Amino acid sequence: MSPDIIFAGVVNGLMAGGIYVLVATGLTLIYGVLHIINFAHGSLLMLAMYAVFFLFRPPLGLDPYLALPLVTAGAFLMGYVLYRGVIGRLSHGRDENILLITLGLSIVADNVALFLFTGDTQTIGVAYAGNYISLGPALVPLPKLISFGASMLICALLGLFMSQTDMGKAIRAVAKERQGARLVGIDVENIFAVSYGIGIACLGAAACLLMPFFYVSPSSGHVFVLIAFTTVVLGGMGSFGGALAGGLIIGVVESLAGLQFGEQLGQLGIPLVFILILLLRPTGLFGRQ
Amino acid sequence: MLEVRGLRAGYGQIEILRGIDMQVGAGEIVALLGSNGVGKSTLNNNICGLYRPFAGRILFEGEELTGARPEAIVARGLIQVPEGRRVFPNLSVRENLELGSYCRGKPHRAANLERVVTTFPRLRERLVQKAGTLSGGEQQMLAIGRGLMAEPKLLILDEPSLGLSPLLVEEMFALIQRLNAEGLAILLVEQNVVQSLAIAHRACVLEAGVLAMSGTAAGLAANTDLRRAYLGM
Repeated sequence: MSPDIIFAGVVNGLMAGGIYVLVATGLTLIYGVLHIINFAHGSLLMLAMYAVFFLFRPPLGLDPYLALPLVTAGAFLMGYVLYRGVIGRLSHGRDENILLITLGLSIVADNVALFLFTGDTQTIGVAYAGNYISLGPALVPLPKLISFGASMLICALLGLFMSQTDMGKAIRAVAKERQGARLVGIDVENIFAVSYGIGIACLGAAACLLMPFFYVSPSSGHVFVLIAFTTVVLGGMGSFGGALAGGLIIGVVESLAGLQFGEQLGQLGIPLVFILILLLRPTGLFGRQ
Repeated sequence: MLEVRGLRAGYGQIEILRGIDMQVGAGEIVALLGSNGVGKSTLNNNICGLYRPFAGRILFEGEELTGARPEAIVARGLIQVPEGRRVFPNLSVRENLELGSYCRGKPHRAANLERVVTTFPRLRERLVQKAGTLSGGEQQMLAIGRGLMAEPKLLILDEPSLGLSPLLVEEMFALIQRLNAEGLAILLVEQNVVQSLAIAHRACVLEAGVLAMSGTAAGLAANTDLRRAYLGM
């Protein structure tokens, strides 16, 4: 491969990686605080994508980027209420119960979507979908560039929130020391719900950034969640830096392997790099023992 | 100030505290003594709302606290510095202190933080360091500092001398006395009988879920039964 093609491959991989980072950040936040894998992650992403799809359709005709604040806030609310009303209530304080509940939620959501929206893939035809921006020798579709930039911006804002606000500090405190948190007067159940809400809000934002260049069907969340699971483990469970590095690495690996071995065989690149990194660092890139 | 009446508590089916009556008055140091496993921490955790008592009442400044949520209890100024410190290992020393005023004392956060790091100069040197990297003694200081950030009216210290070197234990008891001299009421939960009795005004001894003895610290220090049981004299 010529250097130009490799460069273009890396750029395109990074662009795709932005969304992976966003989806994985939500997953890793929920894991870090609640100590559970949110099996409903993919299904909730899919529901958010349908929300973007229907907002775009008449009568509203809302552009996905304009819908972003609305869908993100709606997703937060949905996550918060879901935790307060269903997950927290049914878990009886046991982490393994939460795991099963999120798995159950995912099955219900997938099938309700299949029933309501059928299994057809849907896309939105935004006018700017075919616009390209050239970055040196690489040609990048405008929506992908926007999705990358916006994902990085959202992650930076989330990082500021976690490090600068009392709520953010409380979330980090609850992640490692629940008893201590209760004794300084932190409402731990509320922090659980807020964390779950933020994790789902990341999906809302991701859905808005995805829809201009991707399709939605009842199973389209799984595409990203499998990659997000890989990203989270690769980067180190519960680590934000890990989600960022992991998501971008996976995007680039996927893109380069696709260039070298073709779309189908190139998919092998992700699990290969995954296994290789875990062999060398069993706790993931940024994970601790 | 704090009044516990007929408190029965435990975990699940198992009753550990079988009717506890005790009080802490304003400006007092009350020592709650007893060896491992007699229910000292159970009593603490029920006072602080981490568990619900089976029966009995807990009153703070005349207000009912029985069964209240921990954050409501913290908001009233009844602060516990728990056994084992329970600092946030992944947060910096400064962030740990800031979270001490998460739900109480927030308006005076900066001034209180300055006061705490003046009391504990070691913490000032380590403000940006992660709490998990501190030594045991420093973590104990941080836990107490975090408690002070909430402008407590009554501070419960659960085993503050546990795991500290003899020199640091001396320092710790001197500090407790100093905090009390500034007007803070303290419930000191300790296994260290001699030093606790030396600084406390009153004391009670918990044995197998009931208060076996209580009275003035000086009276208990002179009690031959206590001396035989806890000091081997």
